[in-house]
Amino acid sequence: MQRKLLMGVEAIGQAAVDAGISGVYAYPGTPSTEITEYIQHNKLAIERNIHREWSANEKTALEAALGMSYAGKRSLACMKHVGLNVAADVFMNMAITGINGGLVVVVADDPSQHSSQNEQDSRFYGKFAMIPVFEPSNQQEAYDMTYEAFEFSEKTGLPVMLRIPTRLAHSRAGVVSRPVQNENPLHLPSNPMQFMLLPAYGRKYYQNLLDKQNWLIRLSEESSYNDYFEGKDKSLGIVCCGIAYNYLMENYPEDNCPYPVVKISQYPIPEKLLHKLEKECDELLVAEEGYPLVEEQLTDFFGKGTRVWGRLNGALPRKGELNPDHLAKALGKELKEPLKMPETLAGRPPSLCAGCGHQDSYEALNEVIADAGNGRVFADIGCYTLGALPPYSTINTCVDMGASITMAKGAADAGLVPVFAVIGDSTFTHSGITGLLDCVVEKTNINILIVDNETVAMTGGQDSSAKGRIEKICEGVGVDPEHIRLFVPLKKNHIEIVQIIREEMAFNGVSVIIGRRECVQRIAKTKKMNKAIKQV
Amino acid sequence: MKTDIILSGVGGQGILSIAASLGAAALNENYYLKQAETHGMSQRGGAVVSHLRIADHPIYSDLIPISNADLILSVEPMESLRYLPYLSPEGSLVTNTAEFVNIPDYPDLEETFTELAKNINIIRIDADRIAKETGNPKASNMVMLGAASPFIAIHDEIIIKGIETIFKAKGEKIVEMNIEAFKAGREFTLSKS
Repeated sequence: MQRKLLMGVEAIGQAAVDAGISGVYAYPGTPSTEITEYIQHNKLAIERNIHREWSANEKTALEAALGMSYAGKRSLACMKHVGLNVAADVFMNMAITGINGGLVVVVADDPSQHSSQNEQDSRFYGKFAMIPVFEPSNQQEAYDMTYEAFEFSEKTGLPVMLRIPTRLAHSRAGVVSRPVQNENPLHLPSNPMQFMLLPAYGRKYYQNLLDKQNWLIRLSEESSYNDYFEGKDKSLGIVCCGIAYNYLMENYPEDNCPYPVVKISQYPIPEKLLHKLEKECDELLVAEEGYPLVEEQLTDFFGKGTRVWGRLNGALPRKGELNPDHLAKALGKELKEPLKMPETLAGRPPSLCAGCGHQDSYEALNEVIADAGNGRVFADIGCYTLGALPPYSTINTCVDMGASITMAKGAADAGLVPVFAVIGDSTFTHSGITGLLDCVVEKTNINILIVDNETVAMTGGQDSSAKGRIEKICEGVGVDPEHIRLFVPLKKNHIEIVQIIREEMAFNGVSVIIGRRECVQRIAKTKKMNKAIKQV
Repeated sequence: MKTDIILSGVGGQGILSIAASLGAAALNENYYLKQAETHGMSQRGGAVVSHLRIADHPIYSDLIPISNADLILSVEPMESLRYLPYLSPEGSLVTNTAEFVNIPDYPDLEETFTELAKNINIIRIDADRIAKETGNPKASNMVMLGAASPFIAIHDEIIIKGIETIFKAKGEKIVEMNIEAFKAGREFTLSKS
């Protein structure tokens, strides 16, 4: 069989196309972005012309995916872990409605926060919603589980979550594909009220979901992705979830782990396998990437049962991604004294690119802030968040998508004058518009700086839903056109930019100041693509 | 057979073309491979690292254990030192000498390298200059791959085939220039040992 070198995210994209999806819905977010990008460039996806445009945010994405499922077709939704917070409303409720066409939600978690504001573990959402969760341990499993997840979703009538961590998302390995499936035909739900969550229906459907739970546990126990490996030394039993299994086995290169091991890649947890392990072994070690979800379930609250080791008692680190060395240490293996990193080394944090327009916006804003006073710039999520670091140190907050405008509003409500919000174009259409509406309704004294680089830059230059629409959106929401100002963030315009910000700061009401210049990386990317097209 | 490689550099320097060439080579030979890379925020001018593992048997971990790397291959000198704890005491360090200075406190590394060279095998190569000399200033990463190739357990002819696979779409001339760069880098290291 021909193996193809794929990242975990690419394997998922390939598997979803091969499984006959009719659409992918997503908003870019590291480490999930490349799933959708892969599908956007996939030959079969293009031939079939399946849906593959970016959505405005994760909530609109997941709702559209559910709509496609309603119409009987298979759909895929992809997001990063914090994106699931945005989509949590539909996520929780679609567990109650169930699905018609197979629906898979891929959530890419980012333990160690390589590129995120927290390291929440999405498996908790899966448990919360009481739906099946798949957690592949390698690229081939990422392919196979995605491929099978659509059928599994249709068999159980439930959406399926597929959870991967950064390390699997962005790591390559050889992957073997399976036969391509046809798309589902259009077919409406057999129960026309299936997606009607009026309380009278909702109660009934919630009971259906509860009734399925034992079946889901049984399916987990029978799953080929959950396994019990025998071991002679019963002093310890090991539970490994997803990618943690690799870190355990890395310590036994001859496949000779002496302890019994339960590998979990499908949830709810396979109770039978765990009971067997608990019965046979003196103590348990639980290794899982993320929060101690399984460890908490296995730990006896009153401490009378089998002793459970893991992230909670310090056998493994409480936070951050795992690695083979953590497992080695937990198993009491002797480690070689490693070479030391020289003390003379300097850190190299990420920084804004040379020629980036955000630099010019921050230079101007800093000049105004010097007079207005520090601690009043509420910012958001994107490349411009790097304005928190020297040499700019302009912004004071970054919490969640869209929070710049609404937090600035709250501070203004509290009496802070003047206040500034800094938000990117794509973040604005993702979650900033409703906050702007709040400001307009209450005539809040706020200065909103939309740093518009005409792309979703941090994740690699995807198309922004905001492009060409920002002024019209602001006007439509009700911002006075006289206070929608535009500038081009360039060094030579510095005096003009400072002047505009000062004028709007003096205005007691809602001001939107747009700094528009295309991202330099995006320009380079477009040039490269055009060149490639010419060569073809 | 196994070779564990730490590939390092600064976001935007394109260390991934090195990884891709080795990946293609490994796949052509039916070797097993895992390659974990850095995407997202740190790509914006920050330190980036890729763990590249090649073996003739299945590989479990996407990450190389501490003290286990056979090779650190860095396209930037300071970044070659950041991941030293991963290097096996018997391993080699191959780095470009061209500094990428985008921070205010870039240290003088001469003494550090001299000190380190007493204990580990270090190859320092001005890959940018050699790339220019071979007529393809953009191919310094292939010079680096060539310089590191004597420490990689894949035959150099197979790596060259990997380079062909990766650059094929860009035309024969580009393929040839990259192979020239690879050979010049390999020659440099072989002449040192």
